[in-house]
Amino acid sequence: MIIEGIGQGLIWSMLAIGVFLTFRILNIPDLTAEGSFPLGAAITIKLMLLGQSAIVATLAGFLAGCLAGIVTGILDTKLRIPSLLAGILTMTGLYSINMHIMGKANIPLLNQKILSSYLPAAWDPVIQTILLGVLISIGMITLLTLFFKTETGLALQATGNNQAMSAANGVKTDGMVILGYAISNGCIALSGALVAQNNGFSDIGMGIGTIVIGLASVLVGEIFITSRKIWIKLSSMVLGAIIYRVLLTLAMNFGVSPDDLKLFSTVILILVIVIPMIQSRQRAKKQLNKYLLSIRLAKEVSPDD
Amino acid sequence: MTNSDILKIQNLQKVFFPGTINQRHILKDINLTINSGDFISVIGNNGAGKSTLLNTIAGNLPVDAGSVTILGNDITNASVASRSKWISRVFQDPKLGTAGELTVAENLALSEKKHRHFNLHFYHSAERDRRFTTLLSRLNMGLEDRLNTQVKYLSGGQRQALSLLMATLSQPDLLLLDEHTAALDPYTSSEVMHLTNDIISERHLTSLMITHKMEDALQYGNRLLMVQDGQIKLDVRGADKQRLRKAELLDLFN
Ligand SMILES: Nc1ncnc2c1ncn2[C@@H]1O[C@H](COP(=O)(O)OP(=O)(O)OP(=O)(O)O)[C@@H](O)[C@H]1O
Ligand SMILES: [Mg+2]
Repeated sequence: MIIEGIGQGLIWSMLAIGVFLTFRILNIPDLTAEGSFPLGAAITIKLMLLGQSAIVATLAGFLAGCLAGIVTGILDTKLRIPSLLAGILTMTGLYSINMHIMGKANIPLLNQKILSSYLPAAWDPVIQTILLGVLISIGMITLLTLFFKTETGLALQATGNNQAMSAANGVKTDGMVILGYAISNGCIALSGALVAQNNGFSDIGMGIGTIVIGLASVLVGEIFITSRKIWIKLSSMVLGAIIYRVLLTLAMNFGVSPDDLKLFSTVILILVIVIPMIQSRQRAKKQLNKYLLSIRLAKEVSPDD
Repeated sequence: MTNSDILKIQNLQKVFFPGTINQRHILKDINLTINSGDFISVIGNNGAGKSTLLNTIAGNLPVDAGSVTILGNDITNASVASRSKWISRVFQDPKLGTAGELTVAENLALSEKKHRHFNLHFYHSAERDRRFTTLLSRLNMGLEDRLNTQVKYLSGGQRQALSLLMATLSQPDLLLLDEHTAALDPYTSSEVMHLTNDIISERHLTSLMITHKMEDALQYGNRLLMVQDGQIKLDVRGADKQRLRKAELLDLFN
């Protein structure tokens, strides 16, 4: 059961990575996820039903997510719509688009070969999912790590950190922001594509709550960030997604009904936001008391000098 | 336009909130030619329009009328990024000129190549690190040992010195400085000012520097502008500038 949660976490980890890119690297709260996640699912399942291979369909899902990101990016940078609203606009528009793609609210796969069944058939499906998740995570982390070591990758990080300075140094910041939105939503749609294949269907409502899940995974993952190295940060996101999924699986096992899962997600997100704040305040207080005590002791040892 | 003209501003107007009760005419028909090698100090009261002038040159503010040309290129409507091919600037706030989350080396790498388009070359190389170490060691601020430190952990003075280094790394045609020592303590401020002067004279840079420090305005540079109420009230250079005394300058303020 925990093993199952790990497999699920791995295919949801692309969502965490995507949210991390906009939320932490670009410093933008992007809500497009709620639309790009089901977009990836819809495109992929539809194409598979139309006879495309899972590989082509998944790739198309990824690219569709990039396009959705570009739309939000253009709304944000070129039309100067506040990023929060830009994301909401794209996500709302995507609802209709997803509906058009699917033709109806839910489309199940018949017996098409999904990505994980490219792995040896003798293996347990859970193991197949885990292995597929590991392969895709490693692939994506490698690609992104290499990208962030390039001049353009550096310019993108700088744009997220200080736009005025980046522009003054010749960085076309609008382009960088759009690129960031594109990569981020590509990853999120990829996650949608994988989850839909795993579920065996695409559903119009499967995007609801995506952003909460993504943020919770990012915040849980950040507990493990111990260095500035980008591959460590990205791997921590995968870890965050896994832990979050395992928590959900456990909750369901303890009798939380599927209907209450969204509420459960919200509570987890609130906890991972609040707990680190309380912790660091207490840690600071402890350190301060220790320091003040050491001063007092030093004074007592050597009074007046 | 002669060969030695770097920047030419013609009939520049800037009006904030036009047509409202808050309408403010901040730059009033400014004409200014900056020649190659000029090191200009700009002084003037608070609110006179100095920063506004600088921001229209850098492209951070659109102009409402008039034109700006640099080396013969009309940049009146060009973006900040495309102007950076010719223009570098150091901000007043040390936090603004550098990316705090990035390391010293990453900040330098970012500033090194100005005319950039999408490219997937790796930015880090041992050769680059060596070059940066050499550059940083002349600042005498210990930054050469902190190439991989995130800039947010540096002091304001260190950040400002780094900004200055970044702004001058690619030999800009025009260097803009807006009270770039104002946020620093008196000692660090004069250190950074010396460094600025050294770099400008060594590299033969053309520069426009806003300052509220009369001593700096008189001591440094070959030309002095006084901006008052959106107009250039005084423009002296060479020997005339050297004859100028602080008392005269203060008189002119009123
Ligand atoms: N973006 C803006 N929108 C509206 N008003 C502005 C803007 N920028 C500047 N102003 C106004 O223009 C006037 C001139 O400002 P500016 O910053 O150019 O003055 P300054 O000469 O640099 O002054 P200081 O010495 O205080 O830095 C001020 O009254 C300011 O409030
Ligand atoms: Mg100013």
